[in-house]
Amino acid sequence: MRRHLLILGPPLAWLLLLVAAPLGILGLIAFAEAGPGVPPFIPPLAWEGGPVWQGSSESLATLLADSYYLEAFLRSLLTAFVTAALCLLLAYPMALGIAGARPGWRLPLLLLVLLPFWTGFLPRLGAWIGLFRDGGWVNGMLGLLGIGPLRLLYTEAALHAGMVHAYLPFAVLPLATALLRRDLALEEAAADLGATPFTVFRSVTLPLSLPAAASAFLLVFIPAAGEFVIPDLLGPPEALLVGRVLWSEFFQNRDWPLAAALALALLVLLLPPILLFQRLGRRA
Amino acid sequence: MRCLGLAIGLGFLWAPILLMVAYAFSADRIPFQWGGFSLRWFVALAANERMREAASLSLRIAAGAATLATLLGGLAGWALARFGRFRGRALLGVLAGAPLVLPEVVTGLSLLLLFVMAQAAAEAWLGWRLGRGAVTILLAHATIGMAYVALVVQARLVALDASLEEAAADLGAGPFTVLRTVTLPLIAPSLAAGWLLAFTLSLDDVVVASFVSGPAGTTLPMMVFSALKVGLTPEVNALAALILAVAALAVGLAGLALRRRGTE
Repeated sequence: MRRHLLILGPPLAWLLLLVAAPLGILGLIAFAEAGPGVPPFIPPLAWEGGPVWQGSSESLATLLADSYYLEAFLRSLLTAFVTAALCLLLAYPMALGIAGARPGWRLPLLLLVLLPFWTGFLPRLGAWIGLFRDGGWVNGMLGLLGIGPLRLLYTEAALHAGMVHAYLPFAVLPLATALLRRDLALEEAAADLGATPFTVFRSVTLPLSLPAAASAFLLVFIPAAGEFVIPDLLGPPEALLVGRVLWSEFFQNRDWPLAAALALALLVLLLPPILLFQRLGRRA
Repeated sequence: MRCLGLAIGLGFLWAPILLMVAYAFSADRIPFQWGGFSLRWFVALAANERMREAASLSLRIAAGAATLATLLGGLAGWALARFGRFRGRALLGVLAGAPLVLPEVVTGLSLLLLFVMAQAAAEAWLGWRLGRGAVTILLAHATIGMAYVALVVQARLVALDASLEEAAADLGAGPFTVLRTVTLPLIAPSLAAGWLLAFTLSLDDVVVASFVSGPAGTTLPMMVFSALKVGLTPEVNALAALILAVAALAVGLAGLALRRRGTE
């Protein structure tokens, strides 16, 4: 038992201090009142001979009352949903292709999907900026076809291109793993019984891969909902998603309690998909 | 048909990256415009003192954070895989999994609030004036990396049969000998993969670092991010080409090492 504590102690202590405690403080500061000092809030819990509560739920009330924030949440969820759906649509045929490739080809193909992840997230966004800007490469190509020039950078299209590009490898990985592990005998049996390739896919392959597809969808949806960098670099300036609103409340307006309240609300909103994702992972 | 889907996906993933690398060798000042072959942007990149300093800071933070993450995550993964049911297992599982699913802005803001509180406490009770910067970024990145290492190590240990370790113990090996001669060699590839993952995540992070850093600590991603806010520069193009070359080299070497071990 003592040996167990020696192994268990350091990581558990670290996680309590740097994961549990910060989230607790975040929840507390969401109920603080904004104030001028450094840090710019009045601690909601003070000590004057005993604990004294001097917090307020003003920040949370602001979130609920002002449609600006409600709209940001809805827009973020919608953007995350579209991103995850597009990723799934692109990733599924890719995973099928990898799983159906000759054994010697599978690992190199998988590495080709994952390697962009190692090339750095910001440089890849830089590529989209260079391609999409006015008079950029894409507009040049469109010009050859007699289209345009179009405004591409800082639009919803650029935002989604960047999001799908960044998150696509996350969607391919669980799907490819599941499709590689599948029992091919089931598909052969269906084909032997006279099913066309499309029927085999629709009635055997697809239903069996649904849990992996749900995992892939959530693996993209959850981080995409709070994404800040991609909307900020590629999206239209008026696309105020939660990540961006939180960022500007914190860095520009220095309203820390409101930023904390936004973070808390985002967390509560993402809790159902997170729990669902963990449940899917445990079953697999 | 199957090949078509794969080709479309890989084309979408790779076209922007390959175009970017190709145009990194263009002499033109405007990115993605061909002005003849030139290495001038690589030269400019190497001469950029601020960029070099930021890169060196980022590499040091990433190496430190990845090492800490591997130590702590390895222990957490081991406890989760091998200790059976113990009190606190659910808590450890939830806490070790949290950084994997928390949005970056939430992780960043909550860690910053912790560091601000710690600063205030240290000043009030001990009279210490602590700053924020490289150290706070390192602590934050170690926490995130640790979650990934724990996941990788736990998965590897669960897949491995515990009977190997039990056999060594039955033959009289002490717990430390079992760890050194059986467990560690078996999970070494996972530890290496975990370290590399934590290193990459640290080198890639701009959101959490921006929250927890002070005025002194500007990492390379923070710098690239503020450059990209204004627009793409040929220097960022060159930087991307450089990173891709290093990443491809690392993957190629790892592949060769795997193949050699496979043939042996």
